[in-house]
Amino acid sequence: MSSAAYLRAFGSYVPEHLVDNAALAARTGRTPEVIEKSTGIVARRYAAPDQSVADLGLAAAQDCLTRAGLDASAVGLILFASGSSERCFPGPAATLAAKLGLAATPAIDLPIASAGSLIGMALAADLVARYGNVLVVAAEIMSRRITDTDPDTAILFGDGAGACLISRDAGPVPAIARIAGLALYTDGNFAESLTLPHGGTLAMRGLEVIMQAARKVPRAIADLLAKNNVAAEDVQVFLMHQANRNLLAKIAKELKVPEDRFFSNIASFGNTSSASLLIAASQWSDSASVTGPVVFAAFGAGLQWGALLAVPVAS
Amino acid sequence: MSKQPGILKVLHAVADIQQDPAEDESLFADGTLDSFTLPDLVTGLEQEFSVKIPDSDLVPERFDTRHKIEQYLDTLVK
Repeated sequence: MSSAAYLRAFGSYVPEHLVDNAALAARTGRTPEVIEKSTGIVARRYAAPDQSVADLGLAAAQDCLTRAGLDASAVGLILFASGSSERCFPGPAATLAAKLGLAATPAIDLPIASAGSLIGMALAADLVARYGNVLVVAAEIMSRRITDTDPDTAILFGDGAGACLISRDAGPVPAIARIAGLALYTDGNFAESLTLPHGGTLAMRGLEVIMQAARKVPRAIADLLAKNNVAAEDVQVFLMHQANRNLLAKIAKELKVPEDRFFSNIASFGNTSSASLLIAASQWSDSASVTGPVVFAAFGAGLQWGALLAVPVAS
Repeated sequence: MSKQPGILKVLHAVADIQQDPAEDESLFADGTLDSFTLPDLVTGLEQEFSVKIPDSDLVPERFDTRHKIEQYLDTLVK
């Protein structure tokens, strides 16, 4: 990283419409018990018909800026991750910027599912030296990208948005943490494992994806921690892309840390793809403060994955 | 030398099975392996046979039956 980068605030938004497993049972032929056992998911939220990906992102961005005590005019750059935006171009970044009242601030789309918010955070950490305050937003309306004819996939996903402000400066509102290190990876040999074609629905080779994730994510985290001389058992919390509760358990086991060190809200929101990491971070930071190393990690289509280490501001 | 005893040992360790599946019986179709037990199977095979299975070989088809698992392990274990 080229200079200091601080996590200033998180924000999140989930739509009101709650879809529980019972509601999905009739559509997918999976009982509520089977859905919960195989995924850890109890309910998820679906966007209203008149909501767009940018709308969800706006709500999360406003929540984030309010928590940071910052006006949108102070944002130097917007990075917007989404794998489910409505059209090829323009993506939701420009629309979000306009909704925030910004007419000249650069706003760049990251058309990346699942790992998109982590990649946005990583890019922001390196870009704050130039842009000052970088607003990372991730929003997904996955409910419009699934089909009941693929019930294994349909039961997983929900809609939502998360946001994070990353800045060159730690104040004036005290920052949450300082970014100490990060690592991003891509393995295109498995690009066909998880795809969303134009105008189509999401297709996932679940077994292939989880085999890769169960191997690549713990290794990325372990390598990052070793590089920064942090022991896994000393990590305060692991904030992850909420793909599947059982996958989180496997990663915990691989790293030899208690599973409860991995924050999970997948029961309430399902897999919200790129938004899930920042929704989880926002929820976690509502009731906790950073007192030790914090690991962010995500994995998804591409395959793209990575990890980011944050530490208390004073350390 | 057959690797089936070691493969069965790992299968019993990672999956809740009452009977040994036949060598050509799909481990996915009968529910022996799923998205949660498959990664554990890979780790178990690595430990049991002292091999390293590269990421590029982590595709479910290689682990669909006991026979396929043995065929694959034969390419790693000389």
